[in-house]
Amino acid sequence: MPGPKAGVIVFPGTNCDSDTYHAIKQVMGIDVDYIWYEKKTLKQYQLIVVPGGFSYGDYLRAGALARFSPVMDALRAYSENNGLVLGICNGFQILLEASMLPGSMQKNKTLKFICRDVHVRVERNNMPFTMLYKKGDVLRIPIAHAEGNYYAPEQTLKTLEGNDQVVFRYVDEKGRVSEDANPNGSVYGIAGLCNAGGNILAMMPHPERASDKLLGSEDGRKLFLSIKKALK
Amino acid sequence: MENLDGILKELNLTHDEYRKIVELIGKEPNLTELWVFSAMWSEHCSYKSSKPYLGRMPSSGDRVIIGPGENAGAVSIGDGLAVVFKMESHNHPSFIEPYNGAATGVGGILRDIFTMGARPVAILDSLRFGEPDSSKMRYLIDGVVAGIAGYGNCMGIPTVGGEVYFDDAYKDNILVNAMAVGIAPADRIFLAKASGEGNPVFYVGSKTGRDGIHGATMASASFTDQTAELKPTVQVGDPFMEKLLMEACLELMKDDHIVAIQDMGAAGLTSSSVEMAAKGGLGIEIDLDRVPQREEGMQPYEIMLSESQERMLLIARKGHEKAVERVFKKWGLDVSMIGRLVKSPWITVRAGGQIHVQLPLEALVDHAPVYTRYARMPASMAEAAEEQPVEKILEPADYGKTFLQLLSSPGINSKAWIYEQYDHSVGTDTVIKPGSDAALIRIKGTRKGIAISTDGNARYTYLGPYTGAAAAVCEAARNIACVGARPVALTDCLNFGNPENPDVMWQFIESINGIASACLKMNIPVISGNVSFYNETEGKSIYPTPVIGMVGLIENIHERITPDFKDKGDAIILLGSTLDECGGSEYLKITAGGITGNPPAVSPRTEARLVDLLLAMNRLHIIKSATDCSEGGLGIALARCAIAGNRGAVINMKWKYRPDRELFSESQHRIIVSAADKHIDKIKKMAESYDIPFKIIGRVEGSGLRINNLLSIPVKELKNAYTKGI
Repeated sequence: MPGPKAGVIVFPGTNCDSDTYHAIKQVMGIDVDYIWYEKKTLKQYQLIVVPGGFSYGDYLRAGALARFSPVMDALRAYSENNGLVLGICNGFQILLEASMLPGSMQKNKTLKFICRDVHVRVERNNMPFTMLYKKGDVLRIPIAHAEGNYYAPEQTLKTLEGNDQVVFRYVDEKGRVSEDANPNGSVYGIAGLCNAGGNILAMMPHPERASDKLLGSEDGRKLFLSIKKALK
Repeated sequence: MENLDGILKELNLTHDEYRKIVELIGKEPNLTELWVFSAMWSEHCSYKSSKPYLGRMPSSGDRVIIGPGENAGAVSIGDGLAVVFKMESHNHPSFIEPYNGAATGVGGILRDIFTMGARPVAILDSLRFGEPDSSKMRYLIDGVVAGIAGYGNCMGIPTVGGEVYFDDAYKDNILVNAMAVGIAPADRIFLAKASGEGNPVFYVGSKTGRDGIHGATMASASFTDQTAELKPTVQVGDPFMEKLLMEACLELMKDDHIVAIQDMGAAGLTSSSVEMAAKGGLGIEIDLDRVPQREEGMQPYEIMLSESQERMLLIARKGHEKAVERVFKKWGLDVSMIGRLVKSPWITVRAGGQIHVQLPLEALVDHAPVYTRYARMPASMAEAAEEQPVEKILEPADYGKTFLQLLSSPGINSKAWIYEQYDHSVGTDTVIKPGSDAALIRIKGTRKGIAISTDGNARYTYLGPYTGAAAAVCEAARNIACVGARPVALTDCLNFGNPENPDVMWQFIESINGIASACLKMNIPVISGNVSFYNETEGKSIYPTPVIGMVGLIENIHERITPDFKDKGDAIILLGSTLDECGGSEYLKITAGGITGNPPAVSPRTEARLVDLLLAMNRLHIIKSATDCSEGGLGIALARCAIAGNRGAVINMKWKYRPDRELFSESQHRIIVSAADKHIDKIKKMAESYDIPFKIIGRVEGSGLRINNLLSIPVKELKNAYTKGI
């Protein structure tokens, strides 16, 4: 029987597709395909990544145009069938715009693009994406975005926290939540979020950029290894 | 022609040049033809003032695949790969409209790289602003940085390094230089030399609008108080469109569909069509009715001169038209066959069934005027040298205070406030990030990495252009070596004032001589470059500012070196000697407030030995860290190592000169390394055999930087001063 297969969606303007492809190959050692945004079915895949970048130039609003692409209907059907979906950075923004997760992204509180290593705490490990981490692990992973300031109404936030849907939270290197440790102003320091079913994870930090010792951090590797284990 | 005086003035052509045109083509040119001449004969396109001197710089070497004259230069790094790179200026547009000026500067240099079939892997910048104390300057700084970020980030190409200086010499004429580096298969580099009579000419990318008309001629004139009126000549960038264009071009280049390709940069369709055809010794026919246009009623000269961004002109093989159209349509881009190559070496431009331009290419390219301009040493230089700065500085009463003041000055402090706005980690290849001596990019699939640095201290070139320009080459090489790489080749971006001013011309020629001499002695070829003249406002020139962009190669990226102090007890060693000099230094600037004296002495041969020594020691794995001493001297270099490693150091030195001069002198050819005790003898012996002065100056120890009994500052405090921004 062939092993699991991953797909990395490519919209016009996506630019982390090859980084993500490379990380999946290197870390998970499974087959990966690039998926052109016009594709209409994703049935043959066990993992779909919506990678970072500037889909459609992020014109209008980050992710706002990508959600109308043909592949998004296929992605919705695939996720409703419990397929694993990982949205990173622009992928997070697209999943929000497509209402596959609640809430929205505002501009960073500094109103500037921010690229640097940040610390996030693993808030939940009883799910396919984080099962190899320990709850409370502090990871050092780069962010690179201008619109990562997550916002949702209070009622939604309560539901998210109540359902244990906040997967990563911005913290300082010792694991403490603080305003200084929150790079973009995200409400409750939310850096990563999942759906109620736990099969869709979206995060602003880039785990594919923290999966190789040469690049300074390997803290993202376990995310890919967790997925690999879940797919067995 | 009616109102010839007015027209020539608008087109920035002289009466002599006009007479030469008439003589060359044997008729009075029509207005469209005159526009074509004005673009091709502009300083920007023709290099008419710089051509006689550029050839002095060495451009050949074992690794050189493509030297100057193409869209970018290329060098071999083995494994069948080539590094393709170039640096370019976008000074005038960035002063008029900082965001779009800087953004399109990045867009333009990236096109130069992927035009050659290389995938861009890194961007660097080199910026010069006035002192950041006015709201106008803050607006320019913020706009330029946001523009570079906006373009590079969207393209998904990391901006991995650069440099910035603040000095009121740039108050009315900022400098924005951008360098791009790409990787290509060494045997599949695409050139701008047309071939094959009858081959189709394709226009691909964005539609043509009226933006940027006259950009090349604007860049070839000085600013006046009416500069704001030039705003409409600044192009608007669309990085999303460029990302699509890049992917489409690289996809098409996988197969043999293209014979030549060039981006439509300065002077747009005019220069790309003329240059490609002329290089191939062929002619070209273009039908402007087939050019995709975004505005109605554009005149032929507007279409020919438009500098709308994100456009390419390519010559395809006959019979491959369908393949070209398929790829560009897949990426949602305009693609239109607008003409053909012809045998007779003329350019013929038609619109509405009429011929608007019919000119011999030779007249446009080979007979462009070349000026040997009058050059004379500026009087101001002698005056600056006469002012002996050292005497003007009182020894600091409180060394700690002066040290922190220097460390937090805009010229020296951390540039994180800039580079954190740039996506420097996309691509997952940035092994050494901005903020070190040089950036280091790995080459996936190999053990190799390429180191890149941009350098150019214009205070030195102002005080002594020959010495300063040579120093820029030396510093770039030292930075490259400090990450463990060997310098391979360089690109230059030569920013100067008005070449019709003899002072400026002298500075220019001296700078070229300085670069040429350093390159020859260090065996580093110049493989691409750019000249930007007329950087002056109301007759006041900028400092002569040659900027060097250097690329180096490290065979095994696991042997890279970083500046941070690693282990307690390690010896701190100074390689090289400190001289009693402080002309042009940052220390002088913040204490005495002037840019005077002589620049630090430079010896490229010493630099070459220092680079060889460092690389030889690194191969033996006997050093743990390295960083060069540059602005702020030895003192600031020690602070950078301490901050990077979050470790203190105790320094005990015997002073030969007054301590402030030893600590803050910007003497060249010095590197600080740290090493375990067991390797000190070996390091000493090696330094002796390379004839490089060696001195143990202290130990990695504690949580603060202590220098003799002069100062003792906790690393945390150093870090706060260093990173607080401007």
